[in-house]
Amino acid sequence: MAKLNMVEALNLALKEEMSRDERIILLGEDVGRLGGVFRVTDGLQALFGPNRVVDTPLAEAAIVGTALGLALGGFKPVPEIQFMGFLPAALDQIICHVSRYRNRSRGRYTLPMVIRLPYGAGIHAPEHHSESTEAILAHLPGLKVVIPSTPYDAKGLLVSALRDPDPVVFLEPKRIYRAVREEVPEGDYTIPLSTAKIVRAGDAVTVVAWGSMVREAVRAAELVAPEGIAAEVIDLRTIAPMDDETIVASIRKTGRGVIVHEACRTGGLAAEIMARIQEKAFLSLAAPLERVTGFDTIVPLLKLEDYYLPDPHRISRAIRKVVRF
Amino acid sequence: MNLAEYDPLRGRRVEVLDFTGNIIAPDVRPDDLSDDYLLDLYDRMVFLRVADQQALTLQRAGRMGTYAPTLGQEAANIGSAAVLQEGDWVVPSFREMGAMLLRGVPLQLIYMYWMGSEWGSHFPENVRVLPICAPVGTQTLHGVGLAWAAKLKGEQTVTLIYFGDGATSKGDFHEAMNFAGVFQTPCVFFCQNNQYSISVPRSTQTAAPTLAQKAIAYGFPGVMVDGNDILAVYAATKEAAAHARSGRGPVLIEAQTYRLGPHTTADDPSRYRSAEELKAQEPYEPLPRVRLYLEKKGLLTPAAETERWERYQTLVKEEAKKAEAAIPLRPDDIFDYHYATLPPYLAHQKDYLHRILASSGEGTDGQA
Ligand SMILES: Cc1ncc(C[n+]2csc(CCOP(=O)(O)OP(=O)(O)O)c2C)c(N)n1
Repeated sequence: MAKLNMVEALNLALKEEMSRDERIILLGEDVGRLGGVFRVTDGLQALFGPNRVVDTPLAEAAIVGTALGLALGGFKPVPEIQFMGFLPAALDQIICHVSRYRNRSRGRYTLPMVIRLPYGAGIHAPEHHSESTEAILAHLPGLKVVIPSTPYDAKGLLVSALRDPDPVVFLEPKRIYRAVREEVPEGDYTIPLSTAKIVRAGDAVTVVAWGSMVREAVRAAELVAPEGIAAEVIDLRTIAPMDDETIVASIRKTGRGVIVHEACRTGGLAAEIMARIQEKAFLSLAAPLERVTGFDTIVPLLKLEDYYLPDPHRISRAIRKVVRF
Repeated sequence: MNLAEYDPLRGRRVEVLDFTGNIIAPDVRPDDLSDDYLLDLYDRMVFLRVADQQALTLQRAGRMGTYAPTLGQEAANIGSAAVLQEGDWVVPSFREMGAMLLRGVPLQLIYMYWMGSEWGSHFPENVRVLPICAPVGTQTLHGVGLAWAAKLKGEQTVTLIYFGDGATSKGDFHEAMNFAGVFQTPCVFFCQNNQYSISVPRSTQTAAPTLAQKAIAYGFPGVMVDGNDILAVYAATKEAAAHARSGRGPVLIEAQTYRLGPHTTADDPSRYRSAEELKAQEPYEPLPRVRLYLEKKGLLTPAAETERWERYQTLVKEEAKKAEAAIPLRPDDIFDYHYATLPPYLAHQKDYLHRILASSGEGTDGQA
């Protein structure tokens, strides 16, 4: 079995699924000849031709808006937005149309499409290239939002997204695009959407994270392990609709929780997760919940960027705080 | 020069100096662009080229982040901004280091920006240049608003708005053009058509044969110009600025140039364009033709030329060092510039960062 990084795993998922389903069309800026600025679509235009892997003019609203029409017309478009910082122009289409079509037509129309985009900070990129505004997307009714944290999951989740009857936004944590290699099988396997995964078992505290923060959370768990603190780390994997059952079950066991995300704190998803825990497992709680998040600021340019991101040190402090409460 | 003679639908473009250094349209050359002034502008182009090369060197050495080079676009940068007058505005995208330098942004600041410091966008008070704009095409609207403000205030100023060929595909660009036409704002839309939007060729951006003709649909003139010919760029922009300044509304200029370098330092152009294509473009690049012309006029000696390049090479290295020294590594800066007064919750987050930085990697002060 080949050891792949996340970029290669995503590429394999697209390749296999495009061979299986000829309705799939990739479209976006530089996805064809160049193979994407991060090479996720590398080689696919050569394989499937310029009608199925389409270099578009530079226009995010048009990429998503025409994808909607392609979906209504019987295709399965996979629009790529080059960076999350350039998603806003397409948000008009996503908020006003993509997320609403099924409901407003009472199921007459469905929009099978997967909007892919790299997101997140930590690669010392230029201005507007480090955003993680996933909470905006998770806030929208009718949209599914998926975030893998490993190559294996990336493939299985992307295949599920491609087979889903409804629109999925697939956020790719670019900081860990090439961070690890692991065995990723060729051929058919899927990971169901809206299922969280316990990546490290423990009974002292529950730590919830997604994307590139999963690795940081695991490292934090390793930091506190010698102190006798067994942290259970949950990779949420789909942030909307989220698998809060797995989180709540873990909290019932541990009684303590820390939520981690790199996005801004205010209105971030940690707040939603804390609310659900409070609603469903209040009496199991032995300590107030903590969150470790990005600040309520613009992601700083690279000279100060490292101060912004939650890291194992910050997460371990929060873990100790809730455990010692 | 008469803009009306360059109807883009008839395919004619402004050209003055050919690539062998011969003036082919003496009547189009503006009166104020003397040989001495041309030498001055050539000097600015050389400075830009050297500053650009230095940025690539810095990036390769890990002293700068991702950088978007201007190689090959010196004439479009310098020839356009050179026509501006005091009080005029420049609205750049991210490939206008030359125009920014010419209009008073210190090189040190531009380096600081690409090195990854917000202080690189903190321009001196008297400099009328907006910060670099990364989201493609969005700045065209800001430029129209600035021009609109000038009109409302009765100022005789012009706003020069820069963008690339890729930007002409964005809705923002079309909305900006439309507003400018409707409100007759005194601005010049200056498209640096360098033939590529990262890997995507100009032919994929629009089915129209020219970008300049897009102005026609919005009710104002568009003009094509040889973007590697500084005399032509100067002539066309001067005419367009005069048009806007005199209350006759906006003009779109399509400067046809060629990006000789990568899109940015993160790009590998060999994946989408051939070495032959690049080679074929090299003779047309903007510097040699001016050099040939000035040599013929006896205004450029080999010794002076060597001295010029060496002087600038020293200068840009100094600017780079100054830039590095001037970047404050103050975590407080992350918080202090979002609002006029720091809200309590942000003050709290700032405190938290201080505590984190004071605590060692392993330690805990009992507070998360
Ligand atoms: C809205 C938006 N989408 C995508 C990007 C990523 N990107 C940066 S530059 C660029 C190409 C721009 O091409 P063009 O307008 O021709 O200008 P050039 O880079 O050639 O100077 C792209 C796609 C971006 N910065 N902004």
